[in-house]
Amino acid sequence: MGRYVARRLLQMIPVFIGTTLIIFLMVHVLPGDPIRAMWGDKAADPAQVASLRHEFGLDQPLWKQYIDYMVDLFKGDFGKTFGGRPVSEEMGMAFPVTLRLAAVALTIEIIIGIGLGAWAGLKAGRAADTGVLIFTLIVISMPVFVLGYLARFIFADELGWLPPNVQDSMNLQQLLLPGFVLAMLSMAYVARLTRTTFAENLRADYMRTALAKGLPRRRIVGVHLLRNSLIPVVTFLGTDVGALVGGAVVTEGIFNVQGVGNLLFKALGQREGTTIVGVVTIFVLVILLINLLVDLLYAVLDPRIRYA
Amino acid sequence: MPDVTKSQSGGAAVDTAVDAVAPPTEVDTASAAGPAPQGKPRSLWGDAWFELRHRPLFWISAVLLVLLLAIAAFPGMFTSAEPRNGDLTNHFLTKPELTHFFQADWFGYDGQGRSIYARVIYGTRASILVGVGVTAVVTFFGGLLGMAAGYFGGWIDSVISRIVDIFFGLPFLLGSMVVLNAFTERKVYVVIAALAFLGWTTIARVMRSSVITAKQADYVTAARALGAGTGRILFRHVLPNALAPTIVVATISLGAYISAEATLSFLGLGLADPTISWGIDISDAKDAIRDNPHVMLFPAGMLSLTVFAFITLGDAVRDALDPKLR
Repeated sequence: MGRYVARRLLQMIPVFIGTTLIIFLMVHVLPGDPIRAMWGDKAADPAQVASLRHEFGLDQPLWKQYIDYMVDLFKGDFGKTFGGRPVSEEMGMAFPVTLRLAAVALTIEIIIGIGLGAWAGLKAGRAADTGVLIFTLIVISMPVFVLGYLARFIFADELGWLPPNVQDSMNLQQLLLPGFVLAMLSMAYVARLTRTTFAENLRADYMRTALAKGLPRRRIVGVHLLRNSLIPVVTFLGTDVGALVGGAVVTEGIFNVQGVGNLLFKALGQREGTTIVGVVTIFVLVILLINLLVDLLYAVLDPRIRYA
Repeated sequence: MPDVTKSQSGGAAVDTAVDAVAPPTEVDTASAAGPAPQGKPRSLWGDAWFELRHRPLFWISAVLLVLLLAIAAFPGMFTSAEPRNGDLTNHFLTKPELTHFFQADWFGYDGQGRSIYARVIYGTRASILVGVGVTAVVTFFGGLLGMAAGYFGGWIDSVISRIVDIFFGLPFLLGSMVVLNAFTERKVYVVIAALAFLGWTTIARVMRSSVITAKQADYVTAARALGAGTGRILFRHVLPNALAPTIVVATISLGAYISAEATLSFLGLGLADPTISWGIDISDAKDAIRDNPHVMLFPAGMLSLTVFAFITLGDAVRDALDPKLR
């Protein structure tokens, strides 16, 4: 187990270097000069531009900039924004918010998604099954921003149940609506996935054995069937973090949540390269670690899987 | 978004196929009710077509798609209204006239006095172009790389797989935002390139694993024994037998690419103004939504309908091609 984790962690290093390099290149090869842009339409003093460029290391060759950035990163230094604030400080404010939003979304996704899927799977081929199938198709067809405005229009503007904009980004109750919107797409996928594995596993031999042993139905479904059906769902949840991150940019924008998505979106608009690279780097790291966690979870869900 | 298919997270030795929904009972009755194949077995594709014909959802999505393709190709046939020039004095945020079928005021007018019906019709082309374009590029390059990795193995596989791993680590929507932010002039082909740049890995992975399975078959050994060259084996024997999963993934992701384009345009990072895109229209409508929901409702509805058509088609194709569900 320990050796497996160590090997996986080692394998992550090249992937991590590769992804950060791509993001770094994309951000820094952009046409347009962020330093020059600080002056807007006015004429800039060339000496001042040169000194600022030197201060942010932009006069160095690109490969040197990347290596400097990575070295600083390992010391925990994410660099400074052009405004002079440390990027780590900005991210420190935004990340707890997005973590909460993601937690709300993930909870909704798991409870409703698995619930709906299990229900449809147990009633495969009947009206409930078709209903869930059509519901998930409709949800998947709606891009997250359409869903977001629709939800805001119905629940906030028309019904007035929830505030349309989140005032306090750390308030879980206010995060409920954005969390729900963020969760919808993945929830639909989780439901369909659960439904398929449930319907498939219903016909498995161990189900017949459990039934023949005279186990109560609750135990058969709740323990035998559920645990065996969860493996693909857990895999999906792990890989879904990337989609959740993209959706967060949109959802946070619609509901005015001051999280990482908002931070990133503002940084993109202002060509704040250091912030963009920092945020994406953290996300890549989170995604890599969650994938490892998911693989380790397999062993918990299915004792036949052992890691040496 | 198109991450449904991103099931392999490497490492673990578990088969975790992420495939959803096909009521097994329905499959059974469908094949039982069909004409009994007399002697001659159907091919995989014949079988799939037989399956497809018996699914109502397939026909719904097929009809929708033909209609959408016609609109995309000949928008002028569906409306005589001008999508770009608004009439602010007479039509500022006019409400829809739901009985005026196919007229300029059918869906009402937007905040710039433009006919929403005309904009919805003319916006179809960009969405379809992006969806089909990205899918074509991704299937071609991803498929080719996946095929090379799977067939040749060894160091070629190692190199390609590592590159795939790296791109796979980048979140799709987030990555395309960063890429597109680098371009000031965002035409349709730029958006296609950016989405394809980040989207090709899924197809490459799927193709690689199905080629690995297909190349071990006896008919490949037989072809090689008969002296067939690498190119012939690859394209005449391995590819046709490894194509099905790739087609499934490609059809399903098409809808997701359309959705991604709209999201990016909505954020101001996708298509830009002279191009008519539902995403831009929805973004323009967001301030008017409270009192004039129709400004957002129609482009959003059309967008969802289009994504629905493609995703449903992909679903039906998957059910028909996936032998595991038979």
